[in-house]
Amino acid sequence: MLNKKVKNRIVVFFGLAFLFIIVTVSSILALKDNILYFLSPTEVRESSNIVFNKKMRIGGMVKKGSIYNDRNEIKFIITDLKNEIMVSYKGTVPNLFSEGKGVIAEGSLKDKKFFVAKRILAKHDENYMPPDLKNVIKDVK
Amino acid sequence: MLSKIGILSTLISTILSFLLVYQSFSEVKSKNNIISKKFYYLSFYQLLFIIFSFLILLFGYIFSDFSLINVYENSHTTKPLFYKITGTWGNHEGSLLLWINIMVLFSFLFLVYKKNTEKKFKLFTLIFQNILILFFLIFLLTNSNPFSEIYPAPSQGMGLNPILQDPALGIHPPLLYLGFVSSSIYFSAALASLICRLEANVFAKFIKLWVVISWSFQTLGILVGSIWAYYELGWGGYWFWDPVENSSLMPWFLMTALFHSLLVLEKKNGLYAWVLILSILTFIMSVTGTFLVRSGILNSVHTFANDPSRGLFILIFLAFMISMSLIILFKYFPNEKNNFLFLSKESFVLFNNWFMIFFLTVVLIGTLYPLFLEVLSKEKVSVGPAYYNIVLAPFIVPFLFLMSYGPQSKWFSSKLVDVKKMFFIILLSFSLVFIFANFEKDSSFITTLILVFSIYLILQSFLDLYTSIKNNSFNLSRSISHLGFGMLIFFISTNNILSTESNFNLKVGETKKLTNYSIKFNNLKILKEKNYETLVGNFLITDIKNYKEENLKPEIRVYNQPKIVTYESSIKSKILSDTYLTMSNLAGSEFYSIRFQTKPFMNLIWISVLIISAGGFLRILRRENK
Repeated sequence: MLNKKVKNRIVVFFGLAFLFIIVTVSSILALKDNILYFLSPTEVRESSNIVFNKKMRIGGMVKKGSIYNDRNEIKFIITDLKNEIMVSYKGTVPNLFSEGKGVIAEGSLKDKKFFVAKRILAKHDENYMPPDLKNVIKDVK
Repeated sequence: MLSKIGILSTLISTILSFLLVYQSFSEVKSKNNIISKKFYYLSFYQLLFIIFSFLILLFGYIFSDFSLINVYENSHTTKPLFYKITGTWGNHEGSLLLWINIMVLFSFLFLVYKKNTEKKFKLFTLIFQNILILFFLIFLLTNSNPFSEIYPAPSQGMGLNPILQDPALGIHPPLLYLGFVSSSIYFSAALASLICRLEANVFAKFIKLWVVISWSFQTLGILVGSIWAYYELGWGGYWFWDPVENSSLMPWFLMTALFHSLLVLEKKNGLYAWVLILSILTFIMSVTGTFLVRSGILNSVHTFANDPSRGLFILIFLAFMISMSLIILFKYFPNEKNNFLFLSKESFVLFNNWFMIFFLTVVLIGTLYPLFLEVLSKEKVSVGPAYYNIVLAPFIVPFLFLMSYGPQSKWFSSKLVDVKKMFFIILLSFSLVFIFANFEKDSSFITTLILVFSIYLILQSFLDLYTSIKNNSFNLSRSISHLGFGMLIFFISTNNILSTESNFNLKVGETKKLTNYSIKFNNLKILKEKNYETLVGNFLITDIKNYKEENLKPEIRVYNQPKIVTYESSIKSKILSDTYLTMSNLAGSEFYSIRFQTKPFMNLIWISVLIISAGGFLRILRRENK
């Protein structure tokens, strides 16, 4: 049915695919240490193996009326309508950051209720919500 | 009215594509070697009608015809004319129409290029290209129709997201599309040449022009996107390894690999199969990128408003394309014998290709990993710059070395180049780095090596440039692009090391003292513009060391339609360094959050990329004059 040439080609193809998988697996091992986990306030509360002071992302909504601004920092509360985390941040906020809107903060947890953000993530579309965040809010509703 | 004309014109174009496929199928069997006139006519009218459709949509935007849903959702009467025009492709439907326009344009150009040669090959290319075009036309008409009507027509539109109202973002999509959508033509040509068993060097001569065109535009497109991110997103970065950015970079790797191995194909008839695979992969990767961006399955910070049905359509299309290519590849795979001499130029081209494929794999894995992890374990993660830096940086060093050494080697010969000269230049680069490097605090061993070898590449390329100008050879464009790449890596690394950032809060009238700068918040002014109101801060920056003063005026804009607040950073751009200041204000507080950054060599980074693409454009022009 298949002649020899075609068979050879298929062997070569799978050989290459195999090589590709090896590269993939080794890169994924390199990935392990360099990824940021994304958690919602509820996941932070419920999780038992959270590493403090490690870079990660938390996401949810900026609680209405929670934004506070003084000489040293900005503080606001990220909520998923079940649980809340206080975020402290130094720096400018991105476009489209506002009360009642979705937000992702990157930084590290000091304890389960307090997060120090190094970066607040921007979104380019006012109607857009990151899929992660959509799930968080959907789960709650 | 516009809606009907637009749909009609698109439909005519669809019918013409179908006719082209049908007619080509019956024509390939005939023995004579002249492509009959009717193909030129069909293809020309197909182009004419699809351009007409696009003009209709453009017309709808310019005159704010809100009876088109697409215009209603993305435009507004108070928007400046320029942004009405760029709004045409600033959304999913409009950009899809632009995409099809480019595919049809290249289908036509390919047909008239080198008229009356290789008839069978050209007709098959036309068939494949038009099957692709048909697919996208059907997608446009059934799922993403930019001409859908809304009744009764609203009197006002919803407006374009202000962040997208930017000149750089206006020209970014067309450039990028000219880049990766035009890769469809060598995808089609590769399948056609497999079926016709076209001779290797003939194929190389046919597609080289298109590969260089798409590569040059892709480079420019990525550049403009980065520039936009730099001054619009307000945190001073220009590349975030975001999935959307990655999906423009991945086809670029493949294009780069492709036109390097095309050289071997042209000169040596080698690597035919590999070139074919690369040609096919480039467009597949482009569509994959589009799928990732448009379907919204990836968590990206910038993305189109998304819709799963679009994703599904593109996914089906992708599956169809991949299986079609695989079947044709297995069936018609060309036979060839490759005997490579180890230090010959063809080996270096292969090295280039290995690196490109490696870079591609790393970026692809970084992009897709979060997706797989979420499906497998429900864990949500994102892959940040750290991963890319750690995995890619060590490989940049040998890559830079090979990029300098490779062009010195000869075709078909394994002779070593002038080793003494090479060591001399490397030594010179080492000493340059150690004399001028006063930034040891952050620079690691690998960073130092990267600096050394990027300088080596720059010096070597200058030498090459000198000899190419003297001999007036084609290598000129290569030397230019390689020079640009060396500069790019050098300036990115130094920028990375020397950038400074400080964040603080200030009240009007206060002054903040930093180590090298003092920043005085002089006053605030309110101005009213056509479609927004703006709060302009006036800051006096004093460079303490050099006794220099400058004013920076960041803004907080409140757009009226849609009602959105944006923070416009203020950048003073000089040849050697940028000062960058952004302010934001929350909850009406009297304190303003300030981010002050100094970013050395930003302009030189942009210039480096311009130089890289200039090499490509030069090659296109000189080819045409030959």
